[in-house]
Amino acid sequence: MKRLLIIMIMALALALSAAAFAIDPLPFRDTAQRDRFQHLTRELRCMVCQDESLLSSNADFAKQLRRQIFDMMQQGKSDNEIKDWLVARYSTFILYDPPLAPSTIALWFGTPAILLAGGIVVVVLLRRRTRPAGMIAEDPGDDW
Amino acid sequence: MNPELGQVALILALLLSGLQCVLPIVGAWRGSRPLMATARSLAIGQFVFVALAFGILMWSFWIDDFSVAYVAQNSNLALPWFYKLSAVWGAHEGSLLLWMLILNGWTLALVVFGGKLPEAFFSRVIGVLGFVAFGFLLYMITTSNPFLRQFPISANGADLNPVLQDPGLVFHPPTLYMGYVGFSVAFAFAIASLLGGELKSTWVRWARPWTNVAWGFLTLGIVAGSAWAYYELGWGGWWFWDPVENASFMPWLIGAALIHAQAITDKRDGLRAWTLLLSIFGFAFSLLGTFLVRSGLLTSVHAFAFAPARGVFILVYLAVVVGGSLLLYALRAPKVTGGKSFALASRETLMVIGNLMLTVACAMVLLGTLYPLVGEALDIGRISVGPPYFGPLFLILMAPLVLALPFGPLSRWGKADLKVWRNALIRIVALAVAAGIIGFILGARGWYQLLGITAAVWVVAGVLLFAIKRWREAPRGKRYPFEMLGMMMAHFGIGVFIAGAILTTSMSVEQDVSMKPGASVDVGGYGFHFNGVTETQGPNYRAQQGTVMITRNGKPVVTLHPQKRTYVGGQVQTEAAISAGVFRDLYVSLGDAIGDGAWSLRVYDKPFVRWIWGGGVLMMLGGFAVILDKRFRLKRAVEPEAVRAQPEPETPRKWAEGEA
Amino acid sequence: MNEVARKPIARFVPLIVFAALIAFFVVGLAWNQTHDARFVPSPLIDKPAPAFRLPRLNDPTQFVTRADMLGKPYLLNVFASWCFACGDEHPTLMAYRDKFGIPLIGYDYKDAPQDARAWLQRHGDPYHEVITDQSGETAINFGVYGAPETYLIDAKGVIRYKHIGPLTPDVIAKELEPKIRALEQAGT
Repeated sequence: MKRLLIIMIMALALALSAAAFAIDPLPFRDTAQRDRFQHLTRELRCMVCQDESLLSSNADFAKQLRRQIFDMMQQGKSDNEIKDWLVARYSTFILYDPPLAPSTIALWFGTPAILLAGGIVVVVLLRRRTRPAGMIAEDPGDDW
Repeated sequence: MNPELGQVALILALLLSGLQCVLPIVGAWRGSRPLMATARSLAIGQFVFVALAFGILMWSFWIDDFSVAYVAQNSNLALPWFYKLSAVWGAHEGSLLLWMLILNGWTLALVVFGGKLPEAFFSRVIGVLGFVAFGFLLYMITTSNPFLRQFPISANGADLNPVLQDPGLVFHPPTLYMGYVGFSVAFAFAIASLLGGELKSTWVRWARPWTNVAWGFLTLGIVAGSAWAYYELGWGGWWFWDPVENASFMPWLIGAALIHAQAITDKRDGLRAWTLLLSIFGFAFSLLGTFLVRSGLLTSVHAFAFAPARGVFILVYLAVVVGGSLLLYALRAPKVTGGKSFALASRETLMVIGNLMLTVACAMVLLGTLYPLVGEALDIGRISVGPPYFGPLFLILMAPLVLALPFGPLSRWGKADLKVWRNALIRIVALAVAAGIIGFILGARGWYQLLGITAAVWVVAGVLLFAIKRWREAPRGKRYPFEMLGMMMAHFGIGVFIAGAILTTSMSVEQDVSMKPGASVDVGGYGFHFNGVTETQGPNYRAQQGTVMITRNGKPVVTLHPQKRTYVGGQVQTEAAISAGVFRDLYVSLGDAIGDGAWSLRVYDKPFVRWIWGGGVLMMLGGFAVILDKRFRLKRAVEPEAVRAQPEPETPRKWAEGEA
Repeated sequence: MNEVARKPIARFVPLIVFAALIAFFVVGLAWNQTHDARFVPSPLIDKPAPAFRLPRLNDPTQFVTRADMLGKPYLLNVFASWCFACGDEHPTLMAYRDKFGIPLIGYDYKDAPQDARAWLQRHGDPYHEVITDQSGETAINFGVYGAPETYLIDAKGVIRYKHIGPLTPDVIAKELEPKIRALEQAGT
């Protein structure tokens, strides 16, 4: 049954994608606004074609949301306000940029932690294994 | 009856692989030459049967045998012949068969080229590969049989997904799998050395050519995938940090670390345990990638169709193969650290730092890729992790590596000449800053563009300085051994890649426009003139084809024909039109008819985008060039004595074979 | 010069980390068996439903607002004539329309009213009332991203439950009905 559901939703997505494409001329005020729009929508996930960004998705849903975001930009809303608006309706799943929250602490601090751990291992290794340069024999045989 | 023969061939291959993983290893353990000798015949036999199975599946596609379910699901009478053949690996079952074929190909190559390896070691290597093959064949036969039949036989197949009807399908999976699977050789060498209790690190020298070739192919496979996505998907992107892309990138990062660690172990006998560990990790990440893509755990356009049994089996396989190896490592890795000492300022230290950054980058990608699963499993809400996470973090982690990169080759083993470092630093900084200034004068703006220019020049200047120094100081005829040449090519490729990646990301222009026939728009200094849309037809599709003429300063440059195709199966696909250039691509995608004769189009100016793949190809060539070095030629088969720990003198050791 | 053997425990660290990773995947696979990853939980649960004012399908001059619906819990089912899965769900809705115990309101999503009417005429009309949202703008406020989707809204206008995908007897029995009972008992 679950398989069937997936197929149905896929078919839905395909039906929608036949109707409209991600190519969507919008009347931007200037290049800066266009760049801002592209940057923002690139960081948002399409909820229908879930492996595509809002900027690139062909789904009708994406087109509608792009229009909505464009309108909000024209109204002067900031990027954060727009994102909050979307998250209130679609949850954090719509953001490709995970917010810094208790639920994502491991995500954002995990890498520095791993780097630190690795760095400590390397430092310990180097301290144990290295010798002062004066004690290293010249090794002409090992040219490269 | 042909498809059933394919099943039989697989079962026979399974039996042979079962013998292959037992007999040679027992033979090596017992010192029984007859048993060890079985390794070659078993490997060849297994290859023959897997190739037979693969050939039969390909034949089934060729003759449109829709009684085979897999063919019916992935092919179509109207499909062009070359796509029928590459549809063999277009979905899960067939791609596994390709994986198996390539594994057998590598094993066969070992039989052919590894004849001079010591017999016991060789037997163990073949034995380990037999074990890997056994699990995979079992997996295929029990959960993913490509030869299943379906009755009643449909008159026509479902068709291959239009996204896959592209030369990319011909190149990307085979080259990618050559890399993925190729890491199994380094893995087998490492396990063989653990099984045999080898103390001497000669096995690492034997492993290096195999590892370099695998890594080279993986680089090519990733480049092919990226280029394919770029022109196929229609929005000018070349990397999305998609979970399946990450699954191929992680082994690549480990592989890059591994080839450097192997160099240290080979030449200085250091980092032995780390090289062993990385050899295991490399293949582990390949298997992990295979698991993730077929497990149903990831949201991705790449992910294969999922069935629970498939996910579970591969997980068990992964656990056994990698868990077993890590256990073996824990129990038998050399306990005695050794190798030639080195000073803090030395090539070894720089390479260790490089290894650290590559490994942490791999861990970062793993963390980001798996984190959404954490969110789901722990029910803390659905979290997405995408390019805004991976991109900046990767950049930060690679910064120390890029900074150190020029100095590695310029250093000596053991201790670096600080004067050389200082002189090089001055020159490289000067060149990088000069390049930044020139770039600024030529129009580069923004810190990101300037970063791209300076970082790329930093790396390239380092390679050039080394080349010049080497030219001056080395005797004629010995200036650039292949190993060094390969290194220079690969590092140069990194510089080219950096320029391409950063500049294209920061300088690309993308614009959606609505145009009536006769209208034009100006993007990036080029004029795009729209001349309307006509209907055309292809072998298995109908298309609406736009005509866009591009001019520069009023003079025509090229005419592009973007298409919107509707395939026999009903799927609609945009085929972007690209004018490829060394310094920039011009790219047009056709959208919809908006009404009133107007059409929406997306127009791109993508500077330096080809440098991304050019850099990748240079890296691959560098990896391949290394193996030509005479260092890696085996002179004669030698049995290394399994000697128990002895103090190693500081004086250079002459290896028994292949000393340059 | 040889070094003293490193503590053997360090050799086991990769194995331990790997074992943890495998355990994590086992949990993940198990989770996958019971969940569909494409269905994203709604952030609007236990939050007030957005205000809406939408025309009735059968009489577009009349409007239904959120305020009109207060006082009694109801089900809001998002559907459309172009939606394949809604056809799948339809027999279940027909069977259960009176068994729910609360009104079933159809929400016609991004559909031409004549197409919706034709579809309901062809398949049958399980709804006590149907409102239309041709543009889909109000639907965005509900967090709709496809059809079918079903909301359970209580007497105070708060969203208590959302199901994405077709309703099945299984889902109704295990998830929806208990929630409806709970609302009835709480008197909301």
